Order: sequence, then C-alpha cells, then structure tokens
Amino acid sequence: MAAELHVALVAADREVWSGEATLVVARTTSGDIGVMPGHQPLLGVLESGPVTIRTSDGGTVVAAVHGGFISFADNKLSLLAEVAELSDEIDVHRAERKLEQAKAEGDAHAERRADVRLRAAAGR
Amino acid sequence: MGAQLRVYKRRIRSVTATKKITKAMEMIAASRVVKAQRKVAASTPYARELTRAVTAVGTGSNTKHPLTTEADSPSRAAVLLLTSDRGLAGAFNSNAIKAAEQLTERLERAGRQVDTYIVGRRGLAHYNFRERKVAESFAGFTDEPTYADAKKVAAPLIEAIEKDTAEGGVDELHIVYTEFVSMMTQTAVDSRLLPLSLEEVAQESTTKDEILPLYDFEPSAEDVLDALLPRYVESRIYNALLQSAASKHAATRRAMKSATDNAGELINTLSRLANAARQAEITQEISEIVGGASALADANAGSDN
Repeated sequence: MAAELHVALVAADREVWSGEATLVVARTTSGDIGVMPGHQPLLGVLESGPVTIRTSDGGTVVAAVHGGFISFADNKLSLLAEVAELSDEIDVHRAERKLEQAKAEGDAHAERRADVRLRAAAGR
Repeated sequence: MGAQLRVYKRRIRSVTATKKITKAMEMIAASRVVKAQRKVAASTPYARELTRAVTAVGTGSNTKHPLTTEADSPSRAAVLLLTSDRGLAGAFNSNAIKAAEQLTERLERAGRQVDTYIVGRRGLAHYNFRERKVAESFAGFTDEPTYADAKKVAAPLIEAIEKDTAEGGVDELHIVYTEFVSMMTQTAVDSRLLPLSLEEVAQESTTKDEILPLYDFEPSAEDVLDALLPRYVESRIYNALLQSAASKHAATRRAMKSATDNAGELINTLSRLANAARQAEITQEISEIVGGASALADANAGSDN
C-alpha cells in the first residue's frame, strides 16, 4: 500500500470532504505547495484558489477554497476555509453569470470568487 | 343556561385556544432545537482545527502579537452580549443580561471602561429602556445564525481591539452567551476571548499526552497568526451564536411546555367549576319544583277540608 495522508476539508459550517489521499496541492500566500505523505509539519495561509486532492484510489477531487489555512502534522492534513465548495457542487452557469455581473459592477471581490469557482470547476 | 355556567364555558373555550397555540409553539421549538444542535455539531470540526492551529502557532513560536499579549494596564474592555430577537423563552434573556451586568460591574470595579455590543432585540430593548450606551447592536438573525452573521458581528470587535486604546480601541474582549448544556439545562456564561491565554486554549484543544509538532510556518509565524486570530474570534463568536440559538429554542420549548401544562390544569379546574355550577342549577330547579309542588299539595289539602 502506498503511503497515504488523511485529508479533512472543513468549511466554517460543515465538513466538506474527508478521506485518504496521496497528494494535495494548494495555493498559499507564498505560492503553490504540494503536500505528500511524510511532509514536515506545516501551517500556512491559503489564497483563494482551487485545491486539488489526489485520492488514494486514483481519483481527483477539486475544491474551490476562499481563503483559509492549511495545516499538516502526523500525516493528517486539514484545510480550513470559511467557504469551500467541491467542484461537483459548483453551478458553472451561475458562476459565469456572477463573473460577468461582478465585472460589470467592478466588484473585484465577487469577481475573484466567481473566477476561483470557475477554475475549480474546470479542473474536475 | 345560567349566567355563571356561561362564563365558565367561555373561559374554557379561550384557554383551550391558548393551549393549542402554546402546544404548537412547543413543537416548533422542539424541532428547531434539534436543527440548531446539528448546526453546532457541524461547526465543531472547523472550530477544533482552528483552535489547534492557534495553539500550534502560539506555543511553537515566540511571536508576540497584540491579540495574545495582555496590556500592562488595561483600561477599556468590550463586552459582547448575545440575546434573542424574540421573547417567550422564560428566563433566557434575563439570565444572559444579568450575567452581562455582573461582568460589566466586575470589570468596572477593576477600573476598566466598558463598551457594550449587543446581539438580539431583547437585549437592546433592555439597554435602551435604561438609557445605557450601546456601542453597536445587531439583530434579525438570532434564530438561525450563519457564518456571515458571525463575521458581521466580529468585524467591529476586531477593529476595536486592533486600535490603540487612546483612539477608542479596547484592550479586552469578553463575550456573554447562553451555553447549551442539555435540553433541560442552559447556563449563561461569560468568557474572555481576547487577549488569548494560550494555556487555556491549549487545554481545550489537546489531550494530555499529545505534544504539538514543530510546525513550518508559511509564509511566517507572524503572518499566520495575523490571519489566524481574526478567524479564531469569528469562529468562537459563530459557535456562541449557535449555542445561544439552540439554548433559546430549548428555553422556548420548556416555557411553552409549562404554559401548555398550566392551560391543561386550568381547563380541568374550570370544567369542575362549570360542572358544579350546572349541578347547583339543576339542584336548585328540582328543589324549586319540589317546593312548588308541596306548596300546591298543602294548599289543595287545606281546601279539601
């Protein structure tokens, strides 16, 4: 059995996803970081962006994470985000509409949020 | 039907209607307690992981952060009081308000100036009626608070604590809310959110033998702590809001249950009184008839002779 790490993706009001994985790629404020089993204990600040989790059965889970933290210790990885959505849960049309609306209104915050959603949805 | 009997009948009808209403409210509150409890449980993983992370940064680095260091001579404190928007919950709101008043008094005796922040219309009404100053108030979401609401409440508090005391900032942040212990027990508690005492947090989050690993901080311990602490405050406030909502529903359920029970008792008493009145009426009618008949018989007996 290949080495595995346990991942818990937690939003403020629910646990979004949890399971075993072989690789997790997330974007911290100082750049993308990939975590594999046996990584050194780590605590970082996440940027808004898609998080890619390679599960141990060969699948890929992509989630849109809007700010938050990544912490890894003892082969347990937690991704904490105020808002997190799995790519399957994202409504692409709605996100596209929101993106256009945000662009029209010049709302940089909403634009980024919609953009992150779309990128996560594209990566699935 | 006699006047007395009619009055009783009317009162029984009105109490029965009230009983139906309180029974319905009891059942609604009971279902909401379950929902609120589920939300508390759902928010626990986030709060737990966040607390762990805060402990890790706090103990694993020598970072000094304004939110974790105590001021030399704290002169101002903020108190956040969580009440509900609606009443009919027994002593729920007055207990929370009482706890807040005790805390305020204690802080003032220690020489701090207290700014009060209030969630919920009931608490606000209490303070407004007494013409006390309220720094800021929030209402409209106490039944089902969301994380966005918690962020809204936390924002001015975090801003106040980050400001210098001389410019109207505060040194300490206390929160008063009603802890959901069980369906039957809810207690109003106060706790200090900031400055954080890391030993306390560490006790909460880790089991005895667990040693926190030496973390690598990305980008740096200061930056992580900077980003972490506001989220920690928000998550604590969110948790308090959820517990307070669950407690409120439990208190409503209990209050409505006793109202329903009382209405039932009242209906029993009134029906007994109504029965007695009806019986008295019948007895009186019989004795009137008997009296009339015997008077008639006496008169007839007299005329026979």
